[in-house]
Amino acid sequence: MNNLIDSITSNGTAEHNFTVKDLRPAADVRWCAGCGDYSVLSQVQKLLPELGVERENIAFVSGIGCSSRFPYYIETYGFHTIHGRAAAVATGLKVARPELSVWVITGDGDALSIGGNHTIHLLRRNVDVNVLLFNNQIYGLTKGQYSPTSQHGQVTKSSPTGMPDYPFNPVSLALGAGGTFVARTLDRDLKHLGAMLRRAADHKGTSFLEIYQNCVVFNDGAFDEFTDKATKPERVLFLEHGQPLIFGANKDKGIRLDGLKPEVVSLASGEYSAEDLVIYDEHDPTLAFLIANLTYNPDFPRPVGVFLNVDRPCYEDEITAQIDAAKSTPKGSNTSLQALFASPGHEWSIA
Amino acid sequence: MFFITVSAFTMKPTYNLDHAVIRFAGDSGDGIQIIGSQFASASALLGNDIRSLPDFPAEIRAPEGSVGGVSSFQVQFGNSAVYTPGDKCDALVAMNAAALKACVNDVAEGGIIIANTAGFSEKNLRLAGYAQNPLEDKSLAKFNIFPVNISQMTAHALADHKLSTRETERAKNFFALGMMYWLYNRTIEPTAEWLRKKFSGQPEILNANIEVLCSGWDYAVNAELFPVRYQVSAAPLPVGKYRSLTGNVGIALGLIAGSIKSGLPLFFGGYPITPASDILQTLTAYKHFGVKVFQAEDEIAAIASALGASFGGNLAATATSGPGMSLKTEALGLAVMAELPLVVVNVQRSGPSTGMPTKTEQSDLFQALYGRHGEAPLVVLAPATPAECFAIAFEAVRIALKYMTPVIILSDAYLANGAEPWRIPGDDELPDIEPRLTTEVPEGGFKPYLRNPETLARAWAVPGTPSLEHRIGGLEKQGATGGVSHNPEHHAAMVKARAAKIAGIADDMPSAELCGADSGEILVISWGGTFGAVRTAVESLQKQGESVAHVHLRALHPFPRNLAALMQGFEHIVVAELNSGQLVAVLRGEFAQNIFQYNKVSGQPFTADEITVFLHRFLAQKPVMRNAA
Repeated sequence: MNNLIDSITSNGTAEHNFTVKDLRPAADVRWCAGCGDYSVLSQVQKLLPELGVERENIAFVSGIGCSSRFPYYIETYGFHTIHGRAAAVATGLKVARPELSVWVITGDGDALSIGGNHTIHLLRRNVDVNVLLFNNQIYGLTKGQYSPTSQHGQVTKSSPTGMPDYPFNPVSLALGAGGTFVARTLDRDLKHLGAMLRRAADHKGTSFLEIYQNCVVFNDGAFDEFTDKATKPERVLFLEHGQPLIFGANKDKGIRLDGLKPEVVSLASGEYSAEDLVIYDEHDPTLAFLIANLTYNPDFPRPVGVFLNVDRPCYEDEITAQIDAAKSTPKGSNTSLQALFASPGHEWSIA
Repeated sequence: MFFITVSAFTMKPTYNLDHAVIRFAGDSGDGIQIIGSQFASASALLGNDIRSLPDFPAEIRAPEGSVGGVSSFQVQFGNSAVYTPGDKCDALVAMNAAALKACVNDVAEGGIIIANTAGFSEKNLRLAGYAQNPLEDKSLAKFNIFPVNISQMTAHALADHKLSTRETERAKNFFALGMMYWLYNRTIEPTAEWLRKKFSGQPEILNANIEVLCSGWDYAVNAELFPVRYQVSAAPLPVGKYRSLTGNVGIALGLIAGSIKSGLPLFFGGYPITPASDILQTLTAYKHFGVKVFQAEDEIAAIASALGASFGGNLAATATSGPGMSLKTEALGLAVMAELPLVVVNVQRSGPSTGMPTKTEQSDLFQALYGRHGEAPLVVLAPATPAECFAIAFEAVRIALKYMTPVIILSDAYLANGAEPWRIPGDDELPDIEPRLTTEVPEGGFKPYLRNPETLARAWAVPGTPSLEHRIGGLEKQGATGGVSHNPEHHAAMVKARAAKIAGIADDMPSAELCGADSGEILVISWGGTFGAVRTAVESLQKQGESVAHVHLRALHPFPRNLAALMQGFEHIVVAELNSGQLVAVLRGEFAQNIFQYNKVSGQPFTADEITVFLHRFLAQKPVMRNAA
């Protein structure tokens, strides 16, 4: 069958050379001054020209929320959809057009509350899209109600006496759903953010990147502990593949395993050295689960970086392969209307 | 009308019939649907016009022997046009007491009842609620009862086969089929061929089933059971090549044909739901046509993925039934707002909520027309017969792609599972479809919502097209640029533009066709799957000289342009539909006319007879009813 789409699209021939400037849209960016979304936007704009993907082959799909306005602010193809459904829309787009670079822009309410089902199934299928989850632990666009990542007891407009439920840990959720690339980064650590975006883009399969993003108006300072110069070294554990889990301003603390139980140890006393610590392996799902579960444990620094990076076939490739296999069978050689209508052995003629 | 010949082979007189209606009924595990559809296929292959209707419980295996667990399959076959599966059965095969109980009221007086006596044990009778055996008391005196121990005859036939008791018992449906093939002069060979294909890897089961099928036939010949045989000769259908088509398969083939004619790959997002799952399953068999089938995590993802595929330039579709349609509502609104082509099939079933999943109804018309927040107009089409599902699906694709709009198809459980002969169309009978794809880079930049002055449709620039990068979404738009705007004039203009586009599609759709004179006493209006019953009733009244005409609507939004003019010619208008009065309410609102209604909400289709009776009564009592209305 003649495929019109193949004939009109670029197939990798045009617009290789574009710059950050080409990605700036005509529309004004309308996030609040100081919003963490700006730094993500600028890091993404910086990254795209380096990917070797034509500008017209990039598509951003978003749901609803402050961060979901993102597609309007970047001069590529974009689809601002409905609350929670970006993952499902992106799945259809990627299956329809596997050659596209598809990005899902979503937030904690969008991806984990109203769209939770689509998020876990996207991860399970391993559709090759990049999910940027802007986690500000609050509903910002609706002006300050608690979200599924707000903290227990947190006072918000909808929890004046404290949030009664407990938050998701998005990284553990993504791992549990079978994510093949699961990472966390910080809006205020531009270098780390840029590096994580690059890793997410490079991964073949669903890339799930949780970005701690400060909401200056309704949840300001939620991540200060992890972003302020004074506390960050003690409170953030940077995961690096092949490296021991060390943190602290003086690189004098580490994570070791006592059986299956992680513990913080001091490297200063001389009792432990770097060799006693966990050497991080981003290809090891068991370790990823173990370290991800330290997330809300106040006795441990907050782990950020790539938790897991493994290979598994992508959903859209399986679909494409099944179609190619069907096309290469004898019946695949005739895709005419009459072949479609045929019902061998069950047809009759009236003359 | 019939005449008698004598078959040389059996020396039994053979009655020639114009039409016959038969039904098989038994437990839901008895293989009733299989033998029913085999009988229908065999009749179609003999050139009869046919309509068939399966009726099965929602439970996969309801308690054995209970009335609630009865599965049945009815088929009407004739030597001239057949519009419905028939009102009353001429012959019923009842595999047990519950099947008899469930169906006996649908058997015509003097009709044949073949009862499997093995299914009338004390336990069977108790489960069916019979105080005494109806085969032995006089309660069935007005029928021709043929008690046959089908289970035992099957066991005898398979005495030499090495099958378990259970496997033997399971083959009994083919004994019943064999008997019916003899009784109605059908040929065994197509079913034998079907069995050979189905059980090619299981020779024991294959041989057993064929043996039992032939035994049923032989028993009918040798036992001198039936005094006569029946013959229904071929119907004078239009010249051409035919196959049998159910509504659900028709939808699937129509979508794929739309894909071929438009040059766009078909993406189908689906989620299993009765009675629409067949569409999802059928499409998976057409991967060699490039069909991408995505079984989504839920109904919302099914439509949302389809919308994503549509954004990507595929022909996108989804199919569901009532509850699923409710879940798709928000995404449908986005499709209206984004102005993306999308075909959404609702195979209606009885509602609200879970309702009766396997029973038919036309109660989702309001939902299709109005069930979205904001003013969100779209096109609503409804097929009239199972085979017409093909043409309506193809038309939905054409309209969706030409006008950049979602199109809802309102099928129903009755059409979905019903089957009829379908004349296979030639390639040139289907129009080419030209999607609104664009690659042209206009001066001043691409404007995604700039409308074609004739169709009011926007252009479709899909990702991958150089220099046409743009954003769309659910937020209101400035106008041609598609830029986000909350400006009151922009919103008012966009609401009007979206409505005008849909309203204008009426110019591109067929006029409503009148069956009967263009003026008279009563015009009956119907839509969707009730066509057969209403048309049968109207034609019978017309033959009696009554002044009755019929218009059947395939387009529910927008309505055919000529509908208002057609209605003007009649003293009274009656809308017949399987709900409490939805189309009638729309027509009253649109045309401000005094319109009568005839409704049924029992989960069962109309019978031609009940419409005929209603219209007779209406003709007799018009003035009273007019005052009452």
